[in-house]
Amino acid sequence: MLLIPCPWCGPRDEAEFHYGGQAHVAYPETPSALTDEEWARYLFFRDNTKGPFAERWSHAAGCRRWFNAVRDTSTNEILSVYRSGEDRPATPAPTPAPPARPAFEGEAVRAAGEPASAGPGSGVEGAESRQDGTARGGEGETTQPFRHPTRGRIDRDTLLTFTFDGTQYQGHRGDTLASALLANGVIHAGTSIKLGRPRGIFSAGVEEPNAVIQIEEPFPEPMLPATTVELYDGLVATSLPGQGRLATAPDPARYDAVHAHCDLLVVGAGPAGLAAAAAAANSGARVILADDQPELGGSLLGTAEHLDWVGETADLLDAAPEVRVLRRTTVFGYYDDNHLLAVERRTNHLGGAAPANVSRERVWRIRARRVVLATGAHERSLAFADNDRPGVMLASSARTHVNRHGALPGRHAVVLTTNDSAYAAALDLASAGLAVTAIVDTRPEPGEWAERATAAGIEVLAGHAVTGTEGGARLTAVTVAPYGESAGQREFAADLLLVSGGWNPVAHLFSQSGGTLRHDGTLGSFVPDTGRQAVEVVGSASGVLDPAAVLAQGAAAGARAIEAEGYTPEQPRLPAVAAQPRPAPAMHVYVVPGESDAPRFVDLQRDVTVADLARATGAGLRSVEHTKRYTTAGTANDQGKTSGVLASGAVAELLGVDVSALGTTTFRPPYTPVSFAALAGRDRGLLSDPVRTTALHEWHVGHGALFENVGQWKRPWYYPRGGEDMEAAVLRECAATREGVGFMDASTLGKIDVQGPDAAAFLDLLYTNMMSTLKVGMIRYGVMCRPDGMVFDDGTVIRVDRDRFLVTTTTGNAAAVLDWMEEWLQTEWPELKVHCTSVTEQWATVALVGPRSREVIGSLAPGLAVANEDFPFMAWRETTVAAIEARVCRISFSGELAYEINVSPWEALTLWEAVYEAGAPYGITPYGTETMHVLRAEKGYPIIGQDTDGTVTPQDLGMGWAVSKKKPDFIGKRSFARADTVRPDRKHLVGLLPEDPAAFLPEGTHLVAGGELPAPPVPMLGHVTSSYRSAALGRTFALALVKGGRDRIGERLYAPVGDRLVPVTVASPVLYDPEGARRDG
Amino acid sequence: MADTALTSRPRSPLSRAADRLAAATRDSGGMIRLAELPFLTQLDVRLDAKGAAAGAVGLALGLQLPLEPDTVVRAGELTALWLGPDEWLLVGPPGGERELESRIREAAGEEPVSVTDVSAQRTTVLVAGGGARDLLAHGCSLDLHPRAFGSGRCAQTTLGRTQVVLVAREEPSAGFWVLVRSSFAAYLADWLLDAATEYL
Repeated sequence: MLLIPCPWCGPRDEAEFHYGGQAHVAYPETPSALTDEEWARYLFFRDNTKGPFAERWSHAAGCRRWFNAVRDTSTNEILSVYRSGEDRPATPAPTPAPPARPAFEGEAVRAAGEPASAGPGSGVEGAESRQDGTARGGEGETTQPFRHPTRGRIDRDTLLTFTFDGTQYQGHRGDTLASALLANGVIHAGTSIKLGRPRGIFSAGVEEPNAVIQIEEPFPEPMLPATTVELYDGLVATSLPGQGRLATAPDPARYDAVHAHCDLLVVGAGPAGLAAAAAAANSGARVILADDQPELGGSLLGTAEHLDWVGETADLLDAAPEVRVLRRTTVFGYYDDNHLLAVERRTNHLGGAAPANVSRERVWRIRARRVVLATGAHERSLAFADNDRPGVMLASSARTHVNRHGALPGRHAVVLTTNDSAYAAALDLASAGLAVTAIVDTRPEPGEWAERATAAGIEVLAGHAVTGTEGGARLTAVTVAPYGESAGQREFAADLLLVSGGWNPVAHLFSQSGGTLRHDGTLGSFVPDTGRQAVEVVGSASGVLDPAAVLAQGAAAGARAIEAEGYTPEQPRLPAVAAQPRPAPAMHVYVVPGESDAPRFVDLQRDVTVADLARATGAGLRSVEHTKRYTTAGTANDQGKTSGVLASGAVAELLGVDVSALGTTTFRPPYTPVSFAALAGRDRGLLSDPVRTTALHEWHVGHGALFENVGQWKRPWYYPRGGEDMEAAVLRECAATREGVGFMDASTLGKIDVQGPDAAAFLDLLYTNMMSTLKVGMIRYGVMCRPDGMVFDDGTVIRVDRDRFLVTTTTGNAAAVLDWMEEWLQTEWPELKVHCTSVTEQWATVALVGPRSREVIGSLAPGLAVANEDFPFMAWRETTVAAIEARVCRISFSGELAYEINVSPWEALTLWEAVYEAGAPYGITPYGTETMHVLRAEKGYPIIGQDTDGTVTPQDLGMGWAVSKKKPDFIGKRSFARADTVRPDRKHLVGLLPEDPAAFLPEGTHLVAGGELPAPPVPMLGHVTSSYRSAALGRTFALALVKGGRDRIGERLYAPVGDRLVPVTVASPVLYDPEGARRDG
Repeated sequence: MADTALTSRPRSPLSRAADRLAAATRDSGGMIRLAELPFLTQLDVRLDAKGAAAGAVGLALGLQLPLEPDTVVRAGELTALWLGPDEWLLVGPPGGERELESRIREAAGEEPVSVTDVSAQRTTVLVAGGGARDLLAHGCSLDLHPRAFGSGRCAQTTLGRTQVVLVAREEPSAGFWVLVRSSFAAYLADWLLDAATEYL
């Protein structure tokens, strides 16, 4: 969301503003002097600039001031704002794009890792590997055969029972569903969507493509990666063949949102992010650290390194008063002006034990002065034959499962790598007791890390690659051959194949922020380049893999960010990093060569293979955006986190170009899927949209009213009695009002107080008719048009005093009319001394209608002379009604004698009940909007927005009498002289009487000339805008907009209703009491 | 429904929500205080801040109308809120609207001022307690940190899905006034009570 700087109130969310189009388009001084073409140019033509553009905005939900802004239309950057009436300032230069990470001394891009204690040490308890990939649950830890006896951060004292695919298992708090399954010997966790191949747990995080599961209990939720589901007691989940099921019952959980502001937002609590936050922690700057895991540490939790420092830093951050640490919180969207959205999973991990009053998920709307992205990197896979068998796993993920969760993904591993990082994983796993049979390295000369592995007793096959795999529900064997050759094959028995094809920086958020990526030749992937916002990228997200460099880079970025905000950073304590073996360059492999016909998968979740990509390039597609759409690679639930760069690499190979020239696909929010329930938050059910009610609402409810939505208002629609349907109730209400007396709640009408010496002059400009001649104490009906001459609103104007008027608007248009007034006053006529204030809720209005209304008001207002000559039509009086101070207006929207009684809403109920009581002898009847509509339609009074649609002039409505000929100008006047508005075949508002008095025309019905439909296209003459059954007329009738309608009165037209053509007669719109005899009672 | 509740007068927009607001206040153990402050005098005053009327009206009111956007000036029981460069909202105890209006008009003399009684246009909700800021942050995009929105600040903005005038009260512990259009008051009360659930 943009942050727009109001010249008065300062930066506010875009949602508080209304757009007002191009600035500096002045209202012509003498519109009547313009040709039609010049006037049309003013009305309809605006610039369409790419780049800096001066436009008008209104701070509509704030100070209601109009102002001008220069916005770059290509970036949405607001370059300057200035007040209405001021000249456009010189266009400032756009802000230069900052680099994602400033030049950093001593930074080296090296492979990660730390020497692990050499050789296999501790044994692994439990049974042998179950080749069928399943294990049966039972009692205690002994039934988790792949549970490491000591490693992992799980709570071994808490035993949790869960069910997967109908089998009950046990795990511990601290497990993910994936790690708990692994500990139980289950790696097969899904079936592929198109080919139905068995798939296993592939990773340990959000990048998981395979183990996407359905939660059944406690509440159904589809498509969750098992690697991100924290285990809880009673969890019931099933594997999915590709897609899940939504719950059929409404979600009982609560969801909410919070707005947060900070000087520095750090995304990711791995080594770089922790260091950045620590540098800022006690400076006084407001810091938010968000991380998607339940505990801080990031990749360090997976490698089990520097955990003391992690704990110490977590304590420091938790204790710092201005630091907010958000665990289990995924920042998923990066928008304009450093506005980031995150979702916090607050009670998901508690399962059925989640407290009912705590929101399950919370959306954080974070506005940050500075952002440091420490989002880490995802390990990349490789495309080799049958690379999708359960047991093929990313190397670092296997290490994470062992060190974080104490879960062994297998017992006999082969490693396939193109770079150094898998060696650290292999050595660590070996030390945990896993048998690492061989490390297959595509590089001919792997370097010092390989020497260390050899020394630890692991066979290193340099210049080799995996050419095939065997197995069903679990991997059983791996075939290896010299790289690019078919001879010299060796087969290894293995239940685990660990893969590392290098690292992809998690640049999603940076890319969403408007930053650009560049190809990094050392890394073989895409890294952040130049940014568009106040953001830095650190750690492996920036392509830096060396542990010491990552820590120093994070701390420096955190310090720089808060220094820029005026705070003094601290030098945080960083852990000492042991000397690393000298790194050897990685080899950039995407597709592993081999002669096998077996599929080589690129996107596991979409079942997209190298062969599929070859078909795409064979069809002539040359861009990854196109191959993505052709093959669907990267479009699944995981959005290609493990497959995106691999697909780019494969397509580059197929096209014979360098991957750096090909680029990646675009990253868009959300980074990971977010449920609609979380996004909706509190805005659902009754709170989905405000319900506006009048002071009389409870009475209406208590008297059985049904309600109609008018904008956000709830208005009584009709009051059915004793089993009446709508038709019967409305006929009764209409008859009672026309024959006796009825009353309705008219409080929702918009009311605007217009004050000032120029108030009369202003209203003369605003309305089509003359308001300045209105006498104090009198009321006039008025019509407002847009400059194009089309009716925009109507209502009555009360002259309260020489310099004061009370304007009423239609219910739905109250805010729009006030905005309209302010727009003209502030931007065109600032010299007018007049102010407009909304008083819609300052008054409650009761309309008392019908021939007996005079008797009712007379009995309630003893001080009011009610005779027609004392209190004529369109006059108003101040008096007391039922001992309540009131302003009574003689206004009629029904043609009947009628009074509108305006009182304070605090007294409205007292008044209403007094009227009900006083009217009882006359059978007073409350009526709703439907009866109001019938009564007004019988008199041909249009409803703006129902009988008009923005293409209708006052003349079209037959209200030429309301358009002043005397005033030199008013809004819309010039347009009434345009050729288009004087066409004789414009649509006029007319009445329609079906020849069958019982035939009802649905609103919207078209009208045609002949009694038989000609072949299409059928010439349409118009349409029905309002249609009712009339008690007074004893028949149905309608209002319609008909071409040249006033010249057709008496003509027969036809209305196609279903299969029938209903004959109708065009009539005057005034069907009831055309002579106006009933108005004065 | 009980007839007594319907006929008691005058009735404020949130009279029917009073029990629920009080219950939430009680159950939160001091975290959240919610209550309607009904019937406060509210006058919308428009005048030229640079004209002669500004000084004269200020003198008559015993306070200088605030000129800095989004600030309030208090004097005794009277609070003047900046709503715009030529617009203020005067808030005072119930029942004072007539006297206050004539005081302003007399002070302004022939200078053009607009004074509109809007006492019933909005009602006032007190949101206080240790959790007040957090509660409002669920639906208000403004930065409510004491550094950014301390005593002396006010703002016209959006809370939940309705427009409000938000006022930081004099003492930080005294919380906020939320002035809301009367027709939206029931929605806002429902919204506040729903948001408060977590603090109960």
